[in-house]
Amino acid sequence: MPTVPFAPDVFTWPADEPQLIGSRCGVCAAVTFPEQPSCPRCGSVEMARRLFPRRGTLIAWTTQEFLPKAPYAGGETQETFKPFGVGLVQLGDEIRVEGRLTESDPEKLHSGGEVELTIIPFREDGDTQVVTFAFKPV
Amino acid sequence: MHDVAIIGVGLHPFGRFGTKSAIQMGAEAIRLALADAGAEWKDVQFAFGGSFEVDNPDAVVGLLGRTGIPFMDVYNGCATAATALEMTADGIRAGKYELGVAVGMDKHGTGAFTSDPTYYGAPSWYGENGQFLTTKFFGMKINRYMHDFGITSRTLARVAAKNYRNGVLNPNAFRRTAIEEDEILNSKMLNYPLTQRMFCSPDEGAAAVLLCRADIAHRYTSTPVFLRATALRTRRYGAYEVHSSWAAVDEDVAPTVYASRAAYETAGIGPEDVGVIQLQDTDAGAEIMHMSENGFCADGDQEKLLAEGATEIGGRLPVNTDGGLIANGEPIGASGLRQVHEIVRQLRGQAGDRQVPGNPKVGYSQLYGAPGTAGVAIMSL
Repeated sequence: MPTVPFAPDVFTWPADEPQLIGSRCGVCAAVTFPEQPSCPRCGSVEMARRLFPRRGTLIAWTTQEFLPKAPYAGGETQETFKPFGVGLVQLGDEIRVEGRLTESDPEKLHSGGEVELTIIPFREDGDTQVVTFAFKPV
Repeated sequence: MHDVAIIGVGLHPFGRFGTKSAIQMGAEAIRLALADAGAEWKDVQFAFGGSFEVDNPDAVVGLLGRTGIPFMDVYNGCATAATALEMTADGIRAGKYELGVAVGMDKHGTGAFTSDPTYYGAPSWYGENGQFLTTKFFGMKINRYMHDFGITSRTLARVAAKNYRNGVLNPNAFRRTAIEEDEILNSKMLNYPLTQRMFCSPDEGAAAVLLCRADIAHRYTSTPVFLRATALRTRRYGAYEVHSSWAAVDEDVAPTVYASRAAYETAGIGPEDVGVIQLQDTDAGAEIMHMSENGFCADGDQEKLLAEGATEIGGRLPVNTDGGLIANGEPIGASGLRQVHEIVRQLRGQAGDRQVPGNPKVGYSQLYGAPGTAGVAIMSL
C-alpha cells in the first residue's frame, strides 16, 4: 500500500530517517516548526528551511482520551478511537515541538525521558496509507 | 487621565436557556446593570460588546432603544470580556465619554471548543492531527507544573470541589450541585491528569458592567467601586501557549504574569492587599497555576494552601467565590464580566450566602485564553 504524509512539508518523506521540517531566522537565529515566512521573534523575512534532529527529550506531556471533533481527520469513530499521548519534545538545543506520542500510558511517560521521531499509520484513504509523525520513547 | 468607577453590574444567569438568544440575554444584563445604578439607557454614551458566537453584539440596541450611540463589537478569545472592559474604561479615562457599558454574551454548543486552526495562526494539519484542543494544552501545562512543583491530583480535586461548593451558593451558576473530591478524581480522564469534573463547560449567559467617570459616580450610587487598573497582554516569544505547534527552548513566563505586574503597578496595589480573587479556572489546574502567575503565592505553595482551605470563601485568599468557570461554565464573551460582577457584589457586601467575611476592600480578576492572551483588572472601594 502506498504511503503519503498527512500534510505536506511537515517531515521529509519518503526517507529512511525522516526529519521534521522547520525554519530558522537568518537575522536572530530563532527557529520555528513548521516553516513560516517571517520570524516570530524579530519579524525578519530571512527564514531558511531547517531540518531538526530526530532525537529529543520529553519536556511536557498529556494524553488525549476522547475523540477530537473536526477538523480532526484520524477517521476513527467513538467505538474505534484509542487514546494517544501528546508531548512537547525538545530536539537538541534548537526547538521544542508538539507532537503525538506512541505511548499513552501515564505510568510509562515521564518528563525528561528520551524520545525519537517515528512515522506511524494515521488513516487509510482507499488504497493509500496516510501517515503522521509521532515520538516514541527510546 | 480620568479615574473610572463601576456604578452598576448586571448578570443574566449562566447555563442552558433553550431558544433564548444571546442578544436577548445581553440586553437583560444591561437592563440589570442600569437598574443597579439607577441609570437609564439614554444615559449611556457608548458601549463595547464582546462575543465569540454573535457577530453583532450591538444588536442589543434593538431591544434597549436605538439611540445611535457608538457601539463597538470585540472578540479577543477568552480575554474578550477583559478587552470590552478595558476599551470602555479607556474611553472614559481619555475624556471622550462620561458613561458607558461593557457587555458580553454568548451561546455555545456542548463539548470542547473547536474551529479552524488557521484562524488561530496554527497550521491546518494541527487540527487534522488531533492537537487543536485547549483541554490538551491545559493537561500538558499542569502535568509539567505538578511534576516541577510537587502538586498532587488530590489538590486538583480540591480546587474543583471548592468551586462546585461555591456554585451551590450562587443562584446564577450553571452547576449548583456539590461534587466530592473522590468523584471528581474518578470521573472520566480527558487529558491526563485532568478529569471531566475538573473542566469547565462552554454554556450560555451574559453580563454587563456600567462604568462612568469617577467624579460623577455619586450621582448614581453611594458605593462606587473604582476600577484601579486594567491590563491586557499577549504571549511573548518563549512562552508555550494554547495552540502552539512549537515553543522556543528559552522559556518565558505566561502573558498573565506580564498583565498582572502591569496592573499592580498601575493600581499601586500589591497581591497582599487583595481581599477577593477571581481567576481563570478553565480547569482545576489553571486555577492552581494562575494563583502563582498572579502573585498570590509561590510556585508549589498551592499544595499546602488548598489543603488548609486558604482559597475557600472564609480563607485568607478567597478564589472564585461564585464558583468560577467550573461552576458557571464559560460563555466566552461574558465570562470576564461575570468575574467583575462577583467582585463588585463582594466589595459592596452584597454577595449573600457566599459573602467573604471581613469587608474586603480590594478585588482582582484575571482571564486567560487562546491563543495566549491574558487580561487583569483590579478594583477597590
